[in-house]
Amino acid sequence: MDDPAQLTEFGKILLIGVSGVLLVSLTLLLGKLISPKKPTREKLSTYECGEEPMGSSWVSFNPRFYVIALVFLLFDVELIFIFPWATVFGQSELIAADARWGWFTLIEMAVFAGILIVGLIYVWKKGDLEWVKPQTGLPRVSVNIPASAYDRLNKARYPVRPFEPVREPKAAAVKPQADDGTKKPAFKPLFRKPGATT
Amino acid sequence: MSMNKSLESNGVVIAKLDDLLNWARLSSMWPMSFGIACCAIEMMGAMASTYDLDRFGVFPRPSPRQSDVMIIAGTVTFKMADRIRRLYEQMPDPKYVISMGSCSNCGGPYWQHGYHVVKGVDRIIPVDIYVQGCPPRPEALIGAFLELQKKIEKEHIVADKLQTTQA
Repeated sequence: MDDPAQLTEFGKILLIGVSGVLLVSLTLLLGKLISPKKPTREKLSTYECGEEPMGSSWVSFNPRFYVIALVFLLFDVELIFIFPWATVFGQSELIAADARWGWFTLIEMAVFAGILIVGLIYVWKKGDLEWVKPQTGLPRVSVNIPASAYDRLNKARYPVRPFEPVREPKAAAVKPQADDGTKKPAFKPLFRKPGATT
Repeated sequence: MSMNKSLESNGVVIAKLDDLLNWARLSSMWPMSFGIACCAIEMMGAMASTYDLDRFGVFPRPSPRQSDVMIIAGTVTFKMADRIRRLYEQMPDPKYVISMGSCSNCGGPYWQHGYHVVKGVDRIIPVDIYVQGCPPRPEALIGAFLELQKKIEKEHIVADKLQTTQA
């Protein structure tokens, strides 16, 4: 690895990066050179499933999403800090060097996570994690039909006629067509309108 | 322009590049995924595992920006015609249209009394391939793609581009 003629591991990554950038830019350049370009006003307009695009796409979002995103980011960053901490925390050499190391790091992380958990409790108490829920309820309609009318309908018994299968006369057997091995297709598609030149 | 003529006017490199491009394009004809009426059911059947249009590189795309082919699978009403026209305009060149079924070919069963039906989608956008049937079987749609492959095979994108830049 100390041989200057050899690529280091970082050198290999640099090589991959350079070749990746070259390949992508070459492909883009080739596309720019040979692809037909016929821009029109319609083609450059926003794709809205065939509808006329109306208004601005810069619409306002509910500010509630901002708090949610902020809280998410907070705990995301916390998790990112915990990962390198965990690797150092578990090293047996450090623990062997000083017995207090394990306890020190554990309490440090508890303080760090505790501050964030206080923040979470604050957000919880403020009600920022609550979503406005729709009011649900069965719709009630007042009608003049008495309930007994429905009861009578539900309890009514109707006579059932016994089932008798109807026998139909058998259709005459279809005569099999003569098969000489060469089956001509019934329909040959044209894929163009009759009389078209191209 | 025949292949020999293009060879004379543009040389081997351009002609071979055109061949390569055409081969790439006819092997990946991506249709815009939308269906209007019952023909769309046959189109879905053709794209599903039984008929497997994917083996021809036909793979439906959700956006006109990524698609090459537009399959008009069904009855084109006047209400839909505006949208179809706009979607066709939003597709990048080179683009192709397959008119699938009688309705989009000529109005189909609504040719006389269909007050709301466009009598053939070729009245609003240029159509390359017409597929007969009401609705056409998946084999017919596959046949249409094979026919479209023959059409793409004869095109000269690079040569045309060079001619327009020189002119």
